[in-house]
Amino acid sequence: MARYAYKPFLYQKPAELSGGGGKRRPVVIIGAGPVGLSAAIDLALHGVAAVVLDDNDVVSLGSRAICWSKRTLEIFDRLGVGARMVEKGVTWKVGRLFHGDRQVYAFDLLPERGHKMPAFINLQQYYVEQYLVERCADFPDLIELRWKNKLTGLERRQDGVTLAIETPDGVYALEADWAIACDGARSTTRSLLSLDFAGRVFEERFLIADVEMASDFPSERWFWFEPPFHKGQSALLHKQPDNIYRIDLQLGGDADPSEEEKPERVIPRIKAIVGDRPFAIDWVSVYTFQCRRLERFVHGRVIFAGDSAHIVSPFGARGGNGGIQDVDNLAWKLAMVIKGEAGDALIASYDEERIRGADENILNSARSTNFMTPKSEMERIFRRAALELAVDHAFARRMVNSGRLSLPCSLAGLPLQTTDNAGEGVAPGVACPDAPVGENSYLLERLGGAFKLLAIGEVEAPLNLGLEVIRVGKGGLRDRDGLVEARFGRNTVYLVRPDQHIAARFSAMASETAVTQALARATCRLATRQEAAA
Amino acid sequence: MTTIATDLSRDRLSSRADEIYSTLLAAHEGLDDRESAALNARLILLLANLVGDADAVIEAIARAKKSGDGARDHNERT
Repeated sequence: MARYAYKPFLYQKPAELSGGGGKRRPVVIIGAGPVGLSAAIDLALHGVAAVVLDDNDVVSLGSRAICWSKRTLEIFDRLGVGARMVEKGVTWKVGRLFHGDRQVYAFDLLPERGHKMPAFINLQQYYVEQYLVERCADFPDLIELRWKNKLTGLERRQDGVTLAIETPDGVYALEADWAIACDGARSTTRSLLSLDFAGRVFEERFLIADVEMASDFPSERWFWFEPPFHKGQSALLHKQPDNIYRIDLQLGGDADPSEEEKPERVIPRIKAIVGDRPFAIDWVSVYTFQCRRLERFVHGRVIFAGDSAHIVSPFGARGGNGGIQDVDNLAWKLAMVIKGEAGDALIASYDEERIRGADENILNSARSTNFMTPKSEMERIFRRAALELAVDHAFARRMVNSGRLSLPCSLAGLPLQTTDNAGEGVAPGVACPDAPVGENSYLLERLGGAFKLLAIGEVEAPLNLGLEVIRVGKGGLRDRDGLVEARFGRNTVYLVRPDQHIAARFSAMASETAVTQALARATCRLATRQEAAA
Repeated sequence: MTTIATDLSRDRLSSRADEIYSTLLAAHEGLDDRESAALNARLILLLANLVGDADAVIEAIARAKKSGDGARDHNERT
């Protein structure tokens, strides 16, 4: 199998440098990684135009983010690239955990049936970016990708930003109403605004090596604590498409990164794992864990998403997945504000909702890191105890931590959701679970993109509010395996946000007034109405 | 006896297991070995009393002894 062929994207002299242009843009996105490209596509689906800048002209060098969670795949599906990613990706759901040379336990991530998307796929970031770039081409009037356009200056105003951009043909200025900074862990935007990126740096060093080899390793995640081939440390083996394997090795706190990246150091380490099988090194990187985030993600008209806003350790697959979920939360809000359908308060809710997500990811990531890198003899003793008990005791498996894999963040209790006391079904704030409907489709294919009402069973839903009603059960889509009713309850109406999170739940009856009020709350129009009344 | 064995294995902490684990580690931070061992001893006595069922506690002690380093062969699974 041929390895990935990097093809440069076409740089074109920007209109601003050819005597044209000068037009103020609604949105400029800084960074054409998975997060920036997804943002452009999501905005385009809402009819909002964006210019995407990137200082480079190729996709990600090296596999980098490889592990995409079910929720992210559902978002990618909404953006129109989910099926393609699943088709190319390696679907896996079994993980095995070893201590020394014995298996402690194995787990299955998605024992539940009736979901369109698998629990996880492994797919190199360069494929994800390529597919997103190709999807952008479906919106020639709305998305403009500008390669080799490097951000060098940023001036903020009350109602917009002016960006200074360097290209092979010189420097130009671009004006925009909004800027979304998706420029990664070393964000230029963050530096230009001199924003503090607070958090923890763990001293432990890790080596990532992607190796190409024809092998019969199954599509599973194998994790070792104190493996026989790598004394006293930890190791991870994970399969990617094209016969590429991700090997992740803990190196300790004293390792010298520049030494450890040398082939003469890397090759023996890989041989210790894969034995005599022939292999070729595809990509090597030595890194430290960091858990940091910006205090706020929204800075006037500049909004941060993905690694520019928050970074976590890679164990748990919470970096790339967290970034895509940022976009999912932001795009519809920004589109409504740009179209004048909501006020800036809706953008502020992005800050609140995604900071919750980032904090959850940072907490889980820090805990995994602590488990993987015991700081004292007592921490080592506790870890050993958990691993030893885990062989025979289910509860202890819960304590063994090689990364808590990314689950969608619940927005329950945050102001956009209408809280209720109903116990049955899906609570407001939770991302809608999927379920089969009709003959061969899935519920989530019908939801998202706009506010919609989901009506299950024999229950009335107001038809005169301009909201599309998705009806399942009598007179609507067939609940072909009964899983919609099992997961959502019967005779219930849900108000579902454009990002497929539940905004409100109405059991028995969804009155026009109740739905109107929930919608106003979910779009931050409630406060304004109350103020007007007062 | 069978019930105790099942109860000892069954996960009762669910999603809060990570929180318990990290709280334990935090409690030991900055302690020397002696202080750590003493903390563990106090905690075990407290939890034993909380469990209340003496047979269960005795079975747990036996399990803990069996799962440890010296009992490795005993636990080997094929």
